[in-house]
Amino acid sequence: MSDLRARAQALRDQFAQAGAQVVDPPVLQPADLLLDLYGEDIRGRAYVTSDAMRGEQMLRPDFTVPVVQMHMAHGAEPARYTYAGEVFRRQETDPDRASEYMQVGYEVFERSDPAAADAEVFSLISQAVAPLALRAATGDIGILMAAVDGLNTTQRRKAALRRHIWRPRRFRALLDRFGGRTSVPDSRRVLLAGEVNTDAPLTGLRTQDEIDTRIAALIEDTNEPPISNAEMEGLDALLAVRETLPYALSQLNDLSVDLPAIKDAVARVAARAEALAKRGVDVDSLEFEASYGRTSMEYYDGFVFGFYAESRPDLPAVATGGRYDALTQRLGAGAAIPAVGAVLRPDLMALLEEVA
Amino acid sequence: MIKLGVPSKGRLMEKTFDWFARREVHLARTGSDREYAGEVAGIDGVALVLLSAGEIPRELAAGRIHLGVTGTDLIHEKLPLWEQQVEPIAEMGFGHADLVLAVPQGWVDVDLTDDLDAVAAMFRERHGFRLRIATKYHRLVREFLREVGVADYQLVDSQGATEGTVANETAEAIADITSSGETLRANHLKILQDGLILASQATLWRSRVADVNDGERANMRTLLDRLT
Repeated sequence: MSDLRARAQALRDQFAQAGAQVVDPPVLQPADLLLDLYGEDIRGRAYVTSDAMRGEQMLRPDFTVPVVQMHMAHGAEPARYTYAGEVFRRQETDPDRASEYMQVGYEVFERSDPAAADAEVFSLISQAVAPLALRAATGDIGILMAAVDGLNTTQRRKAALRRHIWRPRRFRALLDRFGGRTSVPDSRRVLLAGEVNTDAPLTGLRTQDEIDTRIAALIEDTNEPPISNAEMEGLDALLAVRETLPYALSQLNDLSVDLPAIKDAVARVAARAEALAKRGVDVDSLEFEASYGRTSMEYYDGFVFGFYAESRPDLPAVATGGRYDALTQRLGAGAAIPAVGAVLRPDLMALLEEVA
Repeated sequence: MIKLGVPSKGRLMEKTFDWFARREVHLARTGSDREYAGEVAGIDGVALVLLSAGEIPRELAAGRIHLGVTGTDLIHEKLPLWEQQVEPIAEMGFGHADLVLAVPQGWVDVDLTDDLDAVAAMFRERHGFRLRIATKYHRLVREFLREVGVADYQLVDSQGATEGTVANETAEAIADITSSGETLRANHLKILQDGLILASQATLWRSRVADVNDGERANMRTLLDRLT
C-alpha cells in the first residue's frame, strides 16, 4: 500500500506542476447530498454509516462531489485542483473488484474555452497512462441531450426521455412508445377508456388530485402524434455512431440535417478535436462513440472518456473523466461554472506494469 | 459427520421433517421443547443442526454446515454470487412465497413498474422527497428496480408489518413476501403486474465450500441418493 501511496502522490505532484492546487476533502461525506444526487443506487455502491450527531454519513465514493462543493463555496476562478486518496465502493456482485482503492484526480473549473479545458484534462491523463498503451474511448453526452431537447414533441415526453438518458433500456422503451413503435400496454388502454374503478379507500400520501393529474396527462398524451419517423431514425443512427473521431464527426454532421438541434453540440466536438490535436493527441485514431458513458455516474453531461487495458477486459477503466457543468449548478446554490475532470487508478496502473 | 441445518421452529421445521421422513430420513428434536438439539435416524453419519432460517445462508456460505434448508429469497438476499457458494439440491414444494412490489389499490393509474417510475418522478416533484418503498429485502429490490429502470425512489427499512406502512404514511409502496396476497388485499394494496421480484420456496441447499473427508463424501452420496 505504501508503494501505491507514493505512486499516487507522484501523480498528484505531476498534476500540481501542471498548475493544480492540492486539496484533501474528508473521507466522511454527508449521505443526504449523495443520496439526493444519485438516488438509492448509491446505497448499493457506497458504505453508509451514522452517528447520533451528524446522522447518516458515507465513506466518499468519489472526490468530485466534495471538490465541486468546496469550489462552489469559496473557490476563486478559474481553478484547477488535484487530489490523491482512497475511495470506498461496496461490491455486492463481484468479489474481485476492490472495495477500497486510491484515486488521483485533476479537475478544472474554467469559463473560457471549454474545448481547451477538455483537451487539457484528456491529454494530461493520456500522458500519465501513456506507458501502458491503453485504449482510449471518448463520447459526448451533450449530443444526445441536445437531440432529445430538439425533438418535435411535448415537453413532458422530452423530460421523461432526459430523465432516463443514463438508463439506456428504459430510454429505449420510452422512445419506442413515444415513436409509436410499441403499443400501449393493456392496463393503460383500460385506464384511458375510463373502465377502471375501485372501491378501495385511497391510502398513503399520494392524493387523488395527483392521480387525476397523471390520468389527465396520459389522456393528453394519447392525442399527441408520435415522434416522426425521420427523428426516430435520426436518433437510432445517432446512438449507433461509433467511429474514429474524424469519421464520427462527418456522420454527426450528416445527422444534424434530420436533427438540427445537435448542431451546436457537434460543433463543440469539432472544436474539441482541434484542441486535442493542438495538444498532440492523435485524433485520427481516437475512438468516438455516441452512446459512451451512458451507464456510468449521472453527473457527466458533455465530453466523456475512459482508458482501458485491452489485454485485461476483466479490469475496470484505468482512468475516466468528463464534463459536469450541470453538477456545479446543482451544488452551487444559484451559481454555476463549466467544469471538467478525471481520475486515475494507480493500483491498476501498477498491476498492468507488473505484467507488462 | 454431515451437518444438516434445518429451521428450528414452526411450520417450516415440521414440513421439513415430513419431507425428509417421506425419504426415510427421520429428523427429530430431542430434549425439552425449548432445547435446540436434534437427532437423525434412518441413516448414518448425519447430524442435525437447528438454526433460524435466516442464519442458514450464512452458515452454508461459511462452510459450517454441509446442507441446509431455507427459502430462495433468503439465499438470494444474503449471499452475493450465491451460485458460487451454494448449490440447490431440491425444491421442497412448500414455504411458497413471492417477493413482490405492491402499491395502494387506489392508484388506478399504476399497474406496471413503468407507471411506478413515472409516478416516482411526479411524486418527488410534488412532495420534495423520493417515493418511499418499505422492505427488508434491500439488495434484491434495489437490483430489480435498477434492472427495470425505476428511478427517484428510496428504500425505507421495514422489518415487520410492512403492509401497514402505506396507511401509516411512512412509505408509498412496499416490497414484501406474500404467499396468498391476503394481507396485501386487507391493507388495500395491489401487486404490480410485472412486480414479481423473486418466486421463493423452501429449498435444500448444499454448501460448495464446506470441507468433506472421504467418509463424509460417501455418507453425503448415500444421503443425496435417498433425497433426490
